[in-house]
Amino acid sequence: MMQSPGPERARSDRLADWFVAKGATRIEADILQPAETLLDLYGEDIRARAYITADPLRGEMMLRPDFTVPVVQQHMAGGAEPAIYAYSGPVFRKQDRAGDRPSEYHQAGIEIFRRDLPEQSDALVFSLITQVLAENGLHLRPVIGDIGILMAAVRGLATTDRRKQALLRHIWRPHRFRALLDRFSGRAPMPAARKQVLDRLGQGTPADLIAQAGTFTGLRGADEITARAEALIEDARTPPLAAPEAALLYDLVSLQAPSCAALDHLRGITPLLPAITPAVDRFAARLTALSSHGIDVDTLPFEASHGRTSLEYYDGFVFSFLADDASLPPVASGGRYDALTAVLGQGRSIPAVGGVIRAGLFARLQGGQP
Amino acid sequence: MIKIGVPSKGRLMEKTFDWFGTRGVTLRLAGAEREYSGAVDGVEGVELVLLSAGEIPRELAAGRIHLGVTGSDLVRDKLADWSSLVTEWAPLGFGQADLIIAVPTCWVDVDTLDDLDAAAAAFRKAHGFRLRIATKYHRLVREFLTAQGVADYQLVDSQGATEGTVKNLTAEAIADITSSGETLRANHLKILSDALIHSSQAVLFASHAACWDTAQRATMARLAALLGLTVPEYLTRPTV
Repeated sequence: MMQSPGPERARSDRLADWFVAKGATRIEADILQPAETLLDLYGEDIRARAYITADPLRGEMMLRPDFTVPVVQQHMAGGAEPAIYAYSGPVFRKQDRAGDRPSEYHQAGIEIFRRDLPEQSDALVFSLITQVLAENGLHLRPVIGDIGILMAAVRGLATTDRRKQALLRHIWRPHRFRALLDRFSGRAPMPAARKQVLDRLGQGTPADLIAQAGTFTGLRGADEITARAEALIEDARTPPLAAPEAALLYDLVSLQAPSCAALDHLRGITPLLPAITPAVDRFAARLTALSSHGIDVDTLPFEASHGRTSLEYYDGFVFSFLADDASLPPVASGGRYDALTAVLGQGRSIPAVGGVIRAGLFARLQGGQP
Repeated sequence: MIKIGVPSKGRLMEKTFDWFGTRGVTLRLAGAEREYSGAVDGVEGVELVLLSAGEIPRELAAGRIHLGVTGSDLVRDKLADWSSLVTEWAPLGFGQADLIIAVPTCWVDVDTLDDLDAAAAAFRKAHGFRLRIATKYHRLVREFLTAQGVADYQLVDSQGATEGTVKNLTAEAIADITSSGETLRANHLKILSDALIHSSQAVLFASHAACWDTAQRATMARLAALLGLTVPEYLTRPTV
């Protein structure tokens, strides 16, 4: 599919060199990655997008779908702090539709691991990418978001922990999140199937019902079934989210405005949703940091739901740089992924933010000059 | 010459022969008993190819056969972006079966995908691995569960006796084809109420990649008239 890997690779390497000139350390990653780590992280969806192959000794292996996971693992295995890494190389993504999106393409990227001043690191990644795009004559449409604000809003809801956890678990699946929110806020009626299950659960103890269901089969134990049955009963008794609180959450999910106006709007709702105050403060600090790098935050577009797609792991700042042609993927994108480092760090974690540039697309938009 | 691929044995073959036979096109086995050789009477220029139903999607996609009869489930599962590769020319009205998700009957707390998703999250926490769903329909099941926003599951491959995997503790749930549901009940499984992934039946498919020159198109027009079908739209456009 790839027409001429030479210029794309050279372009990618030069972008990584540019990041090195700005203070990053070049880092390499294996192309073959253990599939288990990535499957546990992304779930089964990644199988549709990543090439998986079998190694007779190492089990299922995956052609790296991105650099972030191996870079985090290398850093957690003994990198000095703070650290700024740059990398360049091919990544592999299956395409499920016939078309001209390549399944092998080069990414150049930068990742910052640093405990203090997270907003400064966010702004540094964003401004470096802005700068390298501009220096090469690419004027793309940037958009930023902040998944941390949405997560803080969910954590601050006056409802049960179970409901909050369900919403947080599906924060990257907007469709499912919306369905849950509709149900928890009473905007959608209880599905008939759920009503039937509750009616059934009302007819006896879970243990009785399990016994009546006939032969017990499978690994999921009676204790697990009982625990969930009790959770269903408890959830049915939980009152819906208070209408004003639910309205704020709906408003937040759909917020789109220039960054400064978005901040004003968020400041306006913090008295009603005090739990988001720290996240909004971070957003404000980030805008100040971006401003100090010469970014015009009066016009910089903000979308509260930006970056909420599956196969992502961002939990704070997110950004993309988009070409005019809406059929093209983002030329550059990235974000903050503090929680990912905890998942991969086996008890340890470090705040991290990064971004990648699609070198082939970058070169193509420059008019083919590599 | 137009090649038409038909399943090489069983009810699917017999029913296909019947379907064509009642429309004046006789498909029959030729040669010695057990020899996979076929013949077509009633229309000139059509050759019968006997194949495994599971291989017909691939042969259609590659254009090695012009027409093929197989299950709509197999085409959707085996071909990425299937509708760009083949056209559903005629549903044949037999071979009906539903691809569904089933869980143990003793799961009194689970009736819908929403329940399955919540149970999967708790299961992963308790057991340290993602809830296993046994199936041979990987693409269809994964695309369905992705679209429905179900997480914390994994698909494990099962090419046969899938209903037995739960009892054997190699899976917690299954996704499989069922027509009457008897095998499910016998294995203490129940169907989720909102997890009908695909209603399958035997379909006559036309390949996009096969060679469709003037001669093949003329044969196709004659065959279409006999079968009482209209020629697929893509075959009425001028060749490029």
